[in-house]
Amino acid sequence: MEIAVISGKGGTGKSSISAAFATLDCKVVLADCDVDAANLFLIFDPSHEEEQIYIAGYKAVINYNLCTTCRACIEYCRFGAISFQEGQVKISEVSCDGCFLCSRICHENAIKMVPNNKSRLYSGSFRNGKMVYGRLAPGEENSGKLVNMVRVKAKELSDENGLDIIILDGPPGIGCPVISTITGVDKVVIVTEPTISGLHDMQRTLEVIRKFNLQAHVIINKADLNPSMTSDIENWCKTNRITVAGLLPYDPLITKAMINKMSICEYDSNLFISKKLNKIWQNILNY
Amino acid sequence: MIKIAVASGKGGTGKTFLATNIFNALLQNNQKCVLVDCDAEAPNSVAFFDAEQTDTTDVTLLVPVINTDNCIFCGKCQEYCNYNAIFILPPVKIINVIEDLCHGCGACSVACIYGAISEKPVSLGQVVSYSLNGEPSIIEARMNIGVMSPVSVIKAAILNIDHQHEIAIFDSPPGTSCPFIQTVSAADYTILVTEPTPFGLSDLKQSVETLRIMKKPFGVIINRTGTGNNEVQDYLGHENISLLLEIPFKREIASLYSNGRIVSETDHFFAEQLLEVVRNIIKQYGNSSNQR
Repeated sequence: MEIAVISGKGGTGKSSISAAFATLDCKVVLADCDVDAANLFLIFDPSHEEEQIYIAGYKAVINYNLCTTCRACIEYCRFGAISFQEGQVKISEVSCDGCFLCSRICHENAIKMVPNNKSRLYSGSFRNGKMVYGRLAPGEENSGKLVNMVRVKAKELSDENGLDIIILDGPPGIGCPVISTITGVDKVVIVTEPTISGLHDMQRTLEVIRKFNLQAHVIINKADLNPSMTSDIENWCKTNRITVAGLLPYDPLITKAMINKMSICEYDSNLFISKKLNKIWQNILNY
Repeated sequence: MIKIAVASGKGGTGKTFLATNIFNALLQNNQKCVLVDCDAEAPNSVAFFDAEQTDTTDVTLLVPVINTDNCIFCGKCQEYCNYNAIFILPPVKIINVIEDLCHGCGACSVACIYGAISEKPVSLGQVVSYSLNGEPSIIEARMNIGVMSPVSVIKAAILNIDHQHEIAIFDSPPGTSCPFIQTVSAADYTILVTEPTPFGLSDLKQSVETLRIMKKPFGVIINRTGTGNNEVQDYLGHENISLLLEIPFKREIASLYSNGRIVSETDHFFAEQLLEVVRNIIKQYGNSSNQR
């Protein structure tokens, strides 16, 4: 069973909550799909049993020995990535989309496509099962495809090790990496917070989820920071027939636990928030 | 004009909080400025202001349309497509465009010599303009739900800036991949917002690495100090990165923000701190010729 933990807004507590879920009773496969900002490895220090290279698209590079500055490539490029400056054709790495068109139309064969191969996929063991995480090299693109790779590896580990539950810690937003995280999962957990941005982003996230016909469970984190906004969110969910799996209080100990490389449930399983997390997890599993 | 991006690798560190507060402090200081919400996947800045929508422009992508009467199923368009957006089964004469995968590069149109490919625009999102008290003030990039990449919408929003303004503040999307790069590459200076936790530090390092590769100037604001440890401060000292401001964690700030209120509106000390940060940035980087 694959369970994705996402939220439109960043910083609502996805990773802390995923970490807690991953350290309750059963052993799991934990997959960090936030490849832009992978963090769970900081808490769990997994062993590096396997490393795979991920090709994050291509970039065009000009061979100036062959370029005749005919500038045909500039005409063809739809991304505004090629310009003529100081007597030279220049490619902006930031704007190049890696479509190959310039390299195909260049009569002099002066443009080569070079793969971005600095991104990695790591997998190994952690104290409560197996772990997979992707690391997108700074500035590289296509994190959706890397997310897919993370999920394929997680499935493999789940089958090989008889670990039935896969927890996917998702990225923020609603774009490609998020869609890659939730496509075909069994359950989606949305972590939100009682702020205007939290509500707004949760609504956008739910629209995406609806497109994929998935069952969503909402967790309102830091609920006590704004009780009236929390009840607004609860009411909105009720009206729209969305399950609220539970509310969590703001607890500074979550940060303390993180600094000590532990999930909150590992740090102290008798805390109110830890017990609550356990209950929410059971709710989600049994729904 | 100077363009300042407010960014962070980690989500929820306070990008929108700072971008809206800096913008408001500048407005109250009678400076001509514009706020550009570049977080097209989750745009929220406008909610903090009593702004009036003045204009909406659609951002589109040109995707191929195949005329099967002219198509000979040679497969050249599929070969040219680097995004697997063309599906073709020549024996049974099936050819389909998977629009969700198309990046609109136009390679297939170039590949086809039989005149079987034309193009049509598909909406990716909108650039929405707002005014405050009659002045054009906020530009929002808003990606359509279900669209894969916000990059084109962000690009279009930034191009929409009227250069009459003295200062543009960009509220950047989180992360360090294409949406972030698109935003900070158009800025003269980037303020990285982080929090004093291991997650905050790890993501900050990733952002720093990216900005250094891009050779872009930046400084750091630590939000919610007092909640974690001092490792971010140590890292900044060690790496010689300028620490622009530390904002202590206060429940009142969190509560005001959660209700959609601007803290610097009532907290004049905070507003003055933000103005000082901006003044120092302008002093050092104000004459940049970055016109993109």
